Amino acid sequence: MTPSIRWLLAALTFLFSAISVAPVHAQESDPAATIQKFGGKQSYDETEAVISELAATGDARVARALRALREGDLYWRESDEAVFIAERNGDNYDLLDPLTGEPAGSEPRGDMSKVRVKNSIRNAVTTALGSLTLRAENPAQRMRAAETLFSEADPEMIEPLDAAIEAESNADVLIRMQEARAAAVLASDRPAPEKAEAAQVLANRGDRESLTMLNRFANSTEDQAARTAAIAAIAAIENNIAFWNQAQNIWYGLSLGSVLLLAAIGLAITFGVMGVINMAHGEMVMLGAYTTFVVQEFIRTSAPGLFEWSLLIALPLAFLVSGTVGLVMERGLIRFLYGRPLETLLATFGVSLILQQAVRTIFGPSNREVGNPDWMSGAFDIGLMSVTWNRLWIIIFALAVFAALLIVLNKTPLGLQMRAVTQNRSMASAMGIRTPWVDAMTFALGSGIAGIAGVALSQVDNVSPNLGQGYIIDSFMVVVFGGVGNLWGTLVGAMSLGILNKFLEPYAGAVLGKIVVLVLIILFIQKRPRGLFAQKGRFVDA
Amino acid sequence: MKSAVTWMQRTAAAAAMVVMGVTGASAQEPSGEPIKVGILHSLSGTMAISETTLKDAMLMLIEEQNKKGGVLGRPLEPVVVDPASDWPLFAEKARELISQEEVAVVFGCWTSVSRKSVLPVFKELNSILFYPVQYEGEESERNVFYTGAAPNQQAIPAVDYLIDEGVERWVLEGTDYVYPRTTNKILEQYLKDKGVADEDIIINYTPFGFSDWQTEVSRIKEFGSTGKKTAVVSTINGDANVPFYKELGNQGIEATDIPVVAFSVGEEELAGIDTAPLVGHLAAWNYFMSVDTPENEDFIAKWHEFIGNEDRVTNDPMEAHYIGFNMWVKAVEEAGTTDPDEVIAALPGTEVPNLTGGTSVMLPNHHITKPVLIGEINDEGQFDVVSETEDLVPGDAWSDFLPESAKLKADWVELKCGNYDTEAEKCLGDTAMAEEAAN
Repeated sequence: MTPSIRWLLAALTFLFSAISVAPVHAQESDPAATIQKFGGKQSYDETEAVISELAATGDARVARALRALREGDLYWRESDEAVFIAERNGDNYDLLDPLTGEPAGSEPRGDMSKVRVKNSIRNAVTTALGSLTLRAENPAQRMRAAETLFSEADPEMIEPLDAAIEAESNADVLIRMQEARAAAVLASDRPAPEKAEAAQVLANRGDRESLTMLNRFANSTEDQAARTAAIAAIAAIENNIAFWNQAQNIWYGLSLGSVLLLAAIGLAITFGVMGVINMAHGEMVMLGAYTTFVVQEFIRTSAPGLFEWSLLIALPLAFLVSGTVGLVMERGLIRFLYGRPLETLLATFGVSLILQQAVRTIFGPSNREVGNPDWMSGAFDIGLMSVTWNRLWIIIFALAVFAALLIVLNKTPLGLQMRAVTQNRSMASAMGIRTPWVDAMTFALGSGIAGIAGVALSQVDNVSPNLGQGYIIDSFMVVVFGGVGNLWGTLVGAMSLGILNKFLEPYAGAVLGKIVVLVLIILFIQKRPRGLFAQKGRFVDA
Repeated sequence: MKSAVTWMQRTAAAAAMVVMGVTGASAQEPSGEPIKVGILHSLSGTMAISETTLKDAMLMLIEEQNKKGGVLGRPLEPVVVDPASDWPLFAEKARELISQEEVAVVFGCWTSVSRKSVLPVFKELNSILFYPVQYEGEESERNVFYTGAAPNQQAIPAVDYLIDEGVERWVLEGTDYVYPRTTNKILEQYLKDKGVADEDIIINYTPFGFSDWQTEVSRIKEFGSTGKKTAVVSTINGDANVPFYKELGNQGIEATDIPVVAFSVGEEELAGIDTAPLVGHLAAWNYFMSVDTPENEDFIAKWHEFIGNEDRVTNDPMEAHYIGFNMWVKAVEEAGTTDPDEVIAALPGTEVPNLTGGTSVMLPNHHITKPVLIGEINDEGQFDVVSETEDLVPGDAWSDFLPESAKLKADWVELKCGNYDTEAEKCLGDTAMAEEAAN
C-alpha cells in the first residue's frame, strides 16, 4: 500500500463523511478544528487519519502543528482534550496554540499527555509536509519538500510540482523540483518520450536513488531508444559511484589513521624516543577524555554559554592533568626501572589497572556523556561522498598536534636536550644537561599529548574507564610499524594502517580485516624489524 | 561527593532501622541463622558497566525481603564476590560461593561465556543459579533458571513488528560472539521462512568494542537506498553501541529512513549518550522503565531511595532479578527448606507478578513467561512503548527455527531432561544427571 493510495483513500473518506454527516458545516476544512482531533487517547491509525485530513486541507498553516507532532512536542490537556504545542519549562509546560503559535498559558506536566508518535507517523507527517510546504516562503523548506517528493516518486504530485516549478525563483531548488518531477513521471503512465526525458534528468542527478529508479525504468520500458539511453546512463552512474566509493574509502582510512595517530603520537615520544614500554599510555588518553567530561559538566552547571568552547578549554587542562600524572609516574616509578623493560612493562600495566579502577570508583563504571559542540555535528556532501564534521576536525587536529610536536622536538631547547639525551646520554650529561630532568619532562610531554588525544577521542568513542584499553595495542602497532624513534614514521604508519584497514573492511569484513592487517604487520616486521623508517646512525644500537 | 552522600544516607537509614528494631520490634523480625544469597556480578573490568547495577538491585531486593520478615523466618544475608569480567574467575568465584560460603542460591552472570564457565560448577556442587539476561537460548540446565528472554521472547517479536511496519530488507549487525551469531542464525532462518530473498539480508559482524563505524554505516546506507524499506537488527554489544549510533546520526540516517532495533540497548546504556539523534530507533525488551503500572512505580521509588540518586534508571535485567528473586523466595517458602533439590523441584509452576502488570510463571524448561514490548527511544533517554504482545510469551529453550534444535524439548518436571529428542524419543544430555534428578 503506497502512501499515495492511503492518502487518497483517507481524503475520499474525509470528503464522503464531510458530505454525508455534516452537510450543515460549509467550512468543514477548518484546520484548527481538525488539529483538535489529535486530542484524547488514540490508536496510531486514528492519528494517521487526522494527518491525512490535515494534508487534504492544503492549508500551509497546519505545517506548524504537524512539525510539532513529528518532534513529539504536540500534547493534549487531560481535562478537556484540547491540543497544544508544549515546551518544557521546569515542572510546567508552556503552551502554544497549534495553529498560530501564540502563547496559550501553561499547565503542570502531570496534566498533559503527549500525542503518541512512531516512525510510520513521522513518515506520514514528512510526506504531508512535503506537499504542503512546496510553496513555502523559506527556500530551505521548499528544498526539503522537493527532496521528500523525490523519494516518494508519486505520480499524483506531477501537477502540483509543475505549478511549483513555474513559480520557483531559486535555481538550486528548481533543479531539485525538476528531479522530483522526473521521479514522479517515471513512476506514472505518461507517454514514452516524456519518460525518456525524465530518465535524462535522473541520469544527470547520478546518485544511488536515481540509479534504482533508472534500473526499474530500463527493465519496464518498451521504448527501445529510451532503454538504450537509460542503460548508458546506468553504466555512467555506476562508474561514478565506484569512483566515489574509492574516494570514500580513502577518506575513511585517513580518518581512522588520524585517530590512530592521535592515540599513538604520545607513545611515539615515551616509547619511541625514550624506549619506555608504557602500558598505562591508554589510561593517559582516558584521563584526557574524563577531563573533557569534567570541563563540560562544569560548563553545563555554571556557564552554559561556553559549551561551544568546551573542547578548546579542555585541551590545556587535559594536557596538564595527563602530563602531571605522567610526571609523577616517571619520578615515582619508571626512573627506577630504566634499562629493565620487563619490569617496566609489568609496573606500568599495574599502574594502568590502578588508574582504571580509580576512575571507575570516582566516576562510576558506566559511560559518561560528552557532548559534541554544534560545529562538530552533522555532515556535508562532496560529490557522492558524505564527510562528517567531527572526523574532518579530528584529522585537522591530529595533523596540528603532529606539527606542534615536530616544532617542539626540533626548534625548542627542550627538544634539543631530549634528542641529545636519547642519542648519547653520557655525552649530554657531560655537556651539562640535567638528564633526569629531561627524562621526566619528556615523559610528561608524551603523557600530556596522550591527554590531548583523549579530548579528541571523547568525540568519537565512549568515555568509560575502558577507553584506553582499546587503543593501547593499536598504538604500539603504529609506533613499531612506523619505526621506533621516528615521528614521521608514526604519521605514515598510522595513515597507511588506517587506509589499509578501510580498504580491507568492505571485502573481508571488520573482524577478518583486522586479522589480515595484524598478519601483514607481523610479516612486515619479519622483513624490516625496525619498521618503515628505521633509525640510522651510531646511536641505534646504543 | 555523590558516593559520600549515598553512604551517609545509607548509614543513616541503617541507624534508623536499628533504632526502630530496638524500640518497636515488629512481629516479623527475622531471626535465627541467616540464609546466604550469593551475588556473582562483575564489579570491575569491562562488564562492570552493566553488572554493578544488578548487584545493587539484588542488595535492594534482599534488604526489602528482610524488612518483610526474611525467608522461613530467617534473615537473608547477601554474599557479594567480584569475578572482575574474567570468565575463568567466574567459575572460581562460583565454587567459592557454594563450597566455602555455602550460599543457598546464586544470582549472577551477564555474558553467555560467563554462564557457560560456571555451569559445570553448579552441576557438580548441585546449587541454583538465576541468570537474568536475555540470551541466545539453545540451553536448559537443571541447576539454572533463565529469567531473561529467550530468542522467541525478544528477537522474533521484534522482527514481526518490523514486518508489520513494511520492512523488506534486513541488515543483521552484531558483535562477533556467540549470542549475536546464534540469534542471527535463528533470525535468518525465520526471515527466509517468511519469504525474504537472500539478497535482501546481509549479516555483518564487528569485533568487541568496535569504534570506527564509518564503513559499516555507509554500507548500511547503500544497502538501504534501493527503494525497499530497510531496517537494522542490532545485536551489537556493550560499548560499541554508542559510536554506532553516533555515526548513524552523523551520516544523517534517521529512524524514519532506516530504523535500528536493538536487543542489547536499554535505559542503562542510553544514560551515556545524548539521545536526540536516536529518537525513533527501537529496542525490544520485556520491561521498560517507562511502563505505567503501580508495581513499576513502587519498584522505581524503592530503587531511587536505595541508591540515593534520582537519576538512576531501572532496566530489563533488573526486572528479571526481581522476578527470579521473588520466585526463589516463594519456592523456598513452599518447600520449607533451602535444600537445592527441593527448591529446584518446587520452582516450576511458581507464579509471581512482574513489573508490567502481568504474572510470570516458571516453566518446566526453567524459562519464564514474559510479555514482549517494543519501544522507541525518546529524547529523554527512555522508551515509548509502541507495541506489546497481548499475552505473555513462554520462553522456548530450543529454537523452532533451527532444524537441529526444533525437535528438542526441555522439561525438568515430566521428562527430567534439558534436551529431550522428540524424534528419537530419548534424552540426549547427561543421562546420569537426569537420573540423579529423578532420585
